[in-house]
Amino acid sequence: MKFGVLQFPGSCDEVDALHAARRVGDAELIWHADRDLKGADAIVVPGGFSYGDYLRAGAIARFSPAMESVIAFARDGGLVLGICNGFQVLCEARLLPGALLVNANLRFTFRQLQLDVVHADTAFTRACGAEDGQPPQLSIPAKHSWGRYYADADTLAALERDGQVVLRYAAGQNFNGSLHDIAGVRNQAGNVFGLMPHPEHAVDELVGGSADGLKIFESMRLAVEGALA
Amino acid sequence: MTATAPPTVEDALALGLTRAEYELVCAKQGCAPNLLELAMYSLLWSEHCAYKHSKKLLRTLPTEGEHVVMGPGENAGAVDVGGGLVCAFKVESHNHPSAVEPFQGAATGVGGILRDIFAIGARPIAVLDSLRFGDVGGDGDQRSRYLLDGAVSGIGHYGNSIGVPTVGGEVYFEAPYEHNCLVNAMALGLAPRERLVRSAAAGPGNVLVLFGASTGRDGIGGASVLASAELDSDGDGDHDKRPTVQVGDPFEEKKLLECSLELLQRGLIVSLQDLGAAGLTSSAAEMASKGGVGIDLDVGNVPLREPGMEPFEVMVSESQERMLCVVEPANVDAVLELCAKWEVNGSAIGVVTDGRRMRVLRDGELVGDMPVAALVDDCPLYDLQPRKPSEPLYPAPPATPGLTLQTAPRDILLAILSSPNVSSRRPLFEQYDSIVQSRTVRRPEQADAAVLALPDGSALAVSIDCNGRRVAADPYTGTVAAVLECAANLACVGAQPLGTTNNLNFGNPEKPHVAWQLSESVRGLGDACRALAAPIVGGNVSLYNEGATGPIYPTPVIGMVGRLPDARRAGRLGFADAGDHIALVGPFTPSLAAGELAKLLGRQLPDGLPEIDVARVAAAHAAVRDAMRAGLLASAHDIAEGGLAVALAECCLAGGIGAQVELGEDLWEAIPLVAPAPDGRVIAALFGEGPGGFLVSGSPDALRELAERAPDVPFVSIGRVGDDVLGIVEAGATAGTMLTLTLDELAVAHGALAKLFS
Repeated sequence: MKFGVLQFPGSCDEVDALHAARRVGDAELIWHADRDLKGADAIVVPGGFSYGDYLRAGAIARFSPAMESVIAFARDGGLVLGICNGFQVLCEARLLPGALLVNANLRFTFRQLQLDVVHADTAFTRACGAEDGQPPQLSIPAKHSWGRYYADADTLAALERDGQVVLRYAAGQNFNGSLHDIAGVRNQAGNVFGLMPHPEHAVDELVGGSADGLKIFESMRLAVEGALA
Repeated sequence: MTATAPPTVEDALALGLTRAEYELVCAKQGCAPNLLELAMYSLLWSEHCAYKHSKKLLRTLPTEGEHVVMGPGENAGAVDVGGGLVCAFKVESHNHPSAVEPFQGAATGVGGILRDIFAIGARPIAVLDSLRFGDVGGDGDQRSRYLLDGAVSGIGHYGNSIGVPTVGGEVYFEAPYEHNCLVNAMALGLAPRERLVRSAAAGPGNVLVLFGASTGRDGIGGASVLASAELDSDGDGDHDKRPTVQVGDPFEEKKLLECSLELLQRGLIVSLQDLGAAGLTSSAAEMASKGGVGIDLDVGNVPLREPGMEPFEVMVSESQERMLCVVEPANVDAVLELCAKWEVNGSAIGVVTDGRRMRVLRDGELVGDMPVAALVDDCPLYDLQPRKPSEPLYPAPPATPGLTLQTAPRDILLAILSSPNVSSRRPLFEQYDSIVQSRTVRRPEQADAAVLALPDGSALAVSIDCNGRRVAADPYTGTVAAVLECAANLACVGAQPLGTTNNLNFGNPEKPHVAWQLSESVRGLGDACRALAAPIVGGNVSLYNEGATGPIYPTPVIGMVGRLPDARRAGRLGFADAGDHIALVGPFTPSLAAGELAKLLGRQLPDGLPEIDVARVAAAHAAVRDAMRAGLLASAHDIAEGGLAVALAECCLAGGIGAQVELGEDLWEAIPLVAPAPDGRVIAALFGEGPGGFLVSGSPDALRELAERAPDVPFVSIGRVGDDVLGIVEAGATAGTMLTLTLDELAVAHGALAKLFS
């Protein structure tokens, strides 16, 4: 099982994502100017400020050669995880519905957050497992200026109806003003997932505040290996 | 001043040189300098570049020690942290730019200190910041909030965007900073020891490559006009200085950082230097000076942002995000290819010569020619004329209505806890990414120092601090206290100091009272660093921090880096477990003088502070550090602003659990109170300040072991952890409840700073 982690000029969290992925499998960086995904079984589009977030967050990165390959990879059913800026890139690339707007408080905000796992049966959450019949929760940090999830009413209704809302901010945790408290969504096919919080920063109790984020990477490993088996 | 008219002595004066300095320049040149040469001399001979009022004092500081790998004189200092790694670190100021335009001033301050770190080959791993603004809530409220908001946004904008965590810092609000705010930024970096690079140019025939952003007209004169003179008395008058403030682009710097580190990793460059104050002038001249060589530099090869720039403009521009490196001719193509990969400009702009002259050309035509030594080394150094002022320099702060020494202790605690200097910094640090790079073991408000994991399982600890009010009351003792405060913060997480950096923020050194503050402060800095074996490995001096109302509080900001052997045992400040005991450890001598309560009461600063027994305080640091390393303690917190009661409240809030504290005869015996008339010990014990006191918690057996391991360090058991209230009672003959507050009441008061950002 091999992860490919994209690296744009201006990426900040790509090395963190690389190390997080290596806790569950192999992982390698993929330079933005390369079209070769190096045989990766799953792609991580990491956080940061790709191309300086000029024009609009993620708007330039979606046109990079590496993203062209990722779009084709996703259309063929490959697993793609977008974290923070990566989520913005995937929305810009129309691999995911909706858009990320500036936070309701208009400021970059960093917080360790509680997230409700709405669906623990997806390719990205199947290792989250419900405990004691309670819906599972994850403790994961978030840090961004543009994280307010927005989609029009019809899209939101469809997302809810089709089970595409995978993660929600727990009660009182939605600092950015996301509609429906949405923290992470998947596409209709279920192979592309984006979230604003940073699971790659919660893979080690020593520095992560929790190791809950590892469950996202572990879920992807299970999904890939299940598909390969 | 135009490019065609030959410069006169009046031009030299306008550029900040004195008449005598101008005459010395003429003597060094053998004739009157042309405009380009005069511009370059005026920058390199500015206070900012030449340290002409501080260099003699700085020579008295301790700079050597067993861990020091690189001392003052390079872009940053570095200490050995084991495992083949070194930690590079330095603090620098960007005060005047931030006072003129806070967002860009603070942002480029962060950009500049980060370049200093990767200029010696280290990857930046953390930023801390030290900020000072005028009082909020009073006359200067609007300006202080504007500067605060702009500076915090600017720091976040740059640090967050470049992927370097902002892990700590400090901020104080005091009237003397209202006109002249302080924005100091400290950065740390990590490098394999053999990858460190120096800035000395070497090898005649080698090529100078400028890489990074293109060069524009921004920041011209920043080092001389802006950084080496007082700001105008009328705040509005500084608006015309805005063009001297640089504009930062963290995306450009991120590419520059990765490009620089890859150049070093691939062994393609001989030496490296960032372009900061005075731009190409300073970086090229200093590289030549350190290497004992000359440089021929052709401004015609410098990529420009706009056409028609004069050679002097190219040479003095402070455009951000640029680096200069020396490359062997055979490697130039490879260097330029790597620049292209990272999408930064790369241009060969000059060659190293053996002539020891700095020669500037434009498309091959010589336009300036100066001896390197004259530019870099021959600026006259001045002796200070220190004189202790006979009158108080600073007016008493306004008193808080209704607050007196007779006010109930609970209400005094709430007043201090909600005051801008003591309340929670959460509204600031929530605007910073403190965790990127996955190294942050202790985030802001989890411990007294930030803790960063190292690959071998050990960790770095870092703290930045300076209480300028105490330095104003007593420049020597206040500076000793600032150094001790940093070391105390390190002790609380279990770290031992490895080295120190400092930023000396003072007023106009040509004034005798400022000269006295500066010389006394440097004496204290040297004594304290020697006593703690925490040598100075680098730093910065920022003078002329004055406005119409006089100088700022003297503010020698101290940054200290230490190491602890086991990251998993890094201390926390919050109380943890119900039933744990709480002890006061160390030679704590509380005094209201120059403290937060005295400020809220509107008291004049005292003339002098009680003397500090540094050896006894250092022994307390060792006791706490060793107990933390041994895994004995659940928490440790040093007693600082607001005294014992505030420290207890902070431990409760950080841990989300209360404490019941009993102050009895053993406490009165252990801590010699410097008591205020007329009411005595209760207020002094609860709210008095002074170095040397720690609050620790742990099991009764563990605390007993701490006491036994350090029999000479004062130790008093004062209470236990539990419930959801902080209760303090007096035991013995005068038994009674001093105060009771719920965690919610404490949290509301502690959260007061949020309203500054609403």
